[in-house]
Amino acid sequence: MSELKEELKAKIIEQLNLEDVSVEEIADDDALFGDGLGLDSIDALELIVMLDKDYGIRLSDPKEGRKIFESVQVMADYIEANRTK
Amino acid sequence: MIFKGDDADFPNFIKSAYKHLETSYSKFFKMDNLSKLAFLAADVLLKQESLSEEENNIALIFSNKASSLDTDRKHQKSIENQDEYFPSPAVFVYTLPNICLGEISIKHKLYSENSFFIFDRFNAEHLYLYANNLLQNNKAEKVLCGWVDFDENSYEAFLYLVENKGEIAHNTEEINRLYNLL
Repeated sequence: MSELKEELKAKIIEQLNLEDVSVEEIADDDALFGDGLGLDSIDALELIVMLDKDYGIRLSDPKEGRKIFESVQVMADYIEANRTK
Repeated sequence: MIFKGDDADFPNFIKSAYKHLETSYSKFFKMDNLSKLAFLAADVLLKQESLSEEENNIALIFSNKASSLDTDRKHQKSIENQDEYFPSPAVFVYTLPNICLGEISIKHKLYSENSFFIFDRFNAEHLYLYANNLLQNNKAEKVLCGWVDFDENSYEAFLYLVENKGEIAHNTEEINRLYNLL
């Protein structure tokens, strides 16, 4: 699980082009949207694509992302429970 | 000269220029290459103006040859294989050349007219006529015009600001002369 969380942090930084943010600066329970990392709606879509591409999880309703992308911890829990690759 | 970078790789070059020029815009690193180039070139000129924090009546007339081909190619690559069909939202929102005008308008609070034209070559006459028309008809107080072209690792940006009481004559000869200094 810890390895998955580190992997997710690295992917979020790289795929969402978060300049000047390092893996160490993202806490497991930091909010990804709003006052946390400040991600926006395009970032949310990008994370949905990442779930599909890297973990074989296809969200049928983009609104599901609101809960799943709450923090790296919540994302990792969801991926562990639902991944197909 | 305001900045000289030794890095031939565009992303590293533009990142160095962005930091050197102390430009601040949270979405800068999410932009595609064309938008980064246009945004930073516009920022160099507009930060010298005493802009209002509420609204500025500056029109934008940009042009280029490659449209958004550089980003279009990236998008095409992500969808050409049916088994690996993963279009990136962050890429395909930039598959229009005028998106960069939106980024500039948001940063500098420009609610005026903006247009992005695609030409085979730099077209001073079109830029001159369009800018003159906007100024003469009081559609804008100033017009930021120019050419911002990006395809693969070949790029150039040439922007200039036109106003009714400018210091340099506004005519096609002068525009071409300045462009050819590049």
